[in-house]
Amino acid sequence: MARVKVTVTLKPALLDSQGKVVQSALTQLGYEGVDGVRIGKYVELTVPDSENIDAQVKEMCEKLLSNPVIEDYQFEVIR
Amino acid sequence: MKFGVIKFPGSNCDQDAYYTIKDVLGQPVEYLWHQDTDLKGADCIVVPGGFSYGDYLRCGAIARFSPIMSAVQDFAANGGYVLGVCNGFQVLCESHLLPGALVRNDNQHFICKQVYLRAENTDTPFTNQIDNGATLQIPIAHGEGKYVCDEPTLKALQENRRILFRYARPDGSLSDQANPNGSVDNIAGVANETFNVFGLMPHPERAADPALGSADGRLIFDSLLRHTR
Repeated sequence: MARVKVTVTLKPALLDSQGKVVQSALTQLGYEGVDGVRIGKYVELTVPDSENIDAQVKEMCEKLLSNPVIEDYQFEVIR
Repeated sequence: MKFGVIKFPGSNCDQDAYYTIKDVLGQPVEYLWHQDTDLKGADCIVVPGGFSYGDYLRCGAIARFSPIMSAVQDFAANGGYVLGVCNGFQVLCESHLLPGALVRNDNQHFICKQVYLRAENTDTPFTNQIDNGATLQIPIAHGEGKYVCDEPTLKALQENRRILFRYARPDGSLSDQANPNGSVDNIAGVANETFNVFGLMPHPERAADPALGSADGRLIFDSLLRHTR
């Protein structure tokens, strides 16, 4: 079995309103100069290990885990 | 005209839709269970509002893969009428029956209030009973209702008059203030290329009975009935 860590984030062109609110909260707490706060999703999976694991996870990401219209994804396979 | 209202786990506007169709419009209607694939001979499928599958992962993302939605996709491809409201709009976008996606409202709030919609194309199965340029008063209730799409998609929607409603002031003029969620181009509802699939964030089924403060939403259902008569 292999562990897969998937991160899904809103595309850079889209306003991340959650990130914006968190950014202003950080500024209020006195952390000056904090910029570019983006909030995403983190998904962990355990999948059967195989040679085409990358292609398989890519398919999962594009089919369900992310919406390519609004989101980007990255993943890391840990064997 | 027979209607089918889908029930997903988490649907909560299914009964509103059922009530409007049965009691206000006097049309036959049946519930359709998300795990079934039988559309029970319906001429129009309503994908209602709510929080299908808890809106886990993304609004509408899980519902898209329920058995009933593959039947709805075939039905739509064959010209069947599909109306998606609120979460139903999100489900239709996730299903690629409509373009674009719905994301978190700009102001981060769940917004529940009456808004005004300007009818942008009154020559469609869903809008033919609406006067040209008329504004309808219909409520919204959503946290993730900001419509977004890429530039080429927006251009195609504009050029083919597939934007059926925009958020507007009561007098019909457009402004950023009248846009409750930050939707691109004030978009409240869009249709597919063949105008048999229509999704919108506001709830026409909650504004179809004068007892509820507005009956403007009824015009959308009346249009469909007129079109198929």
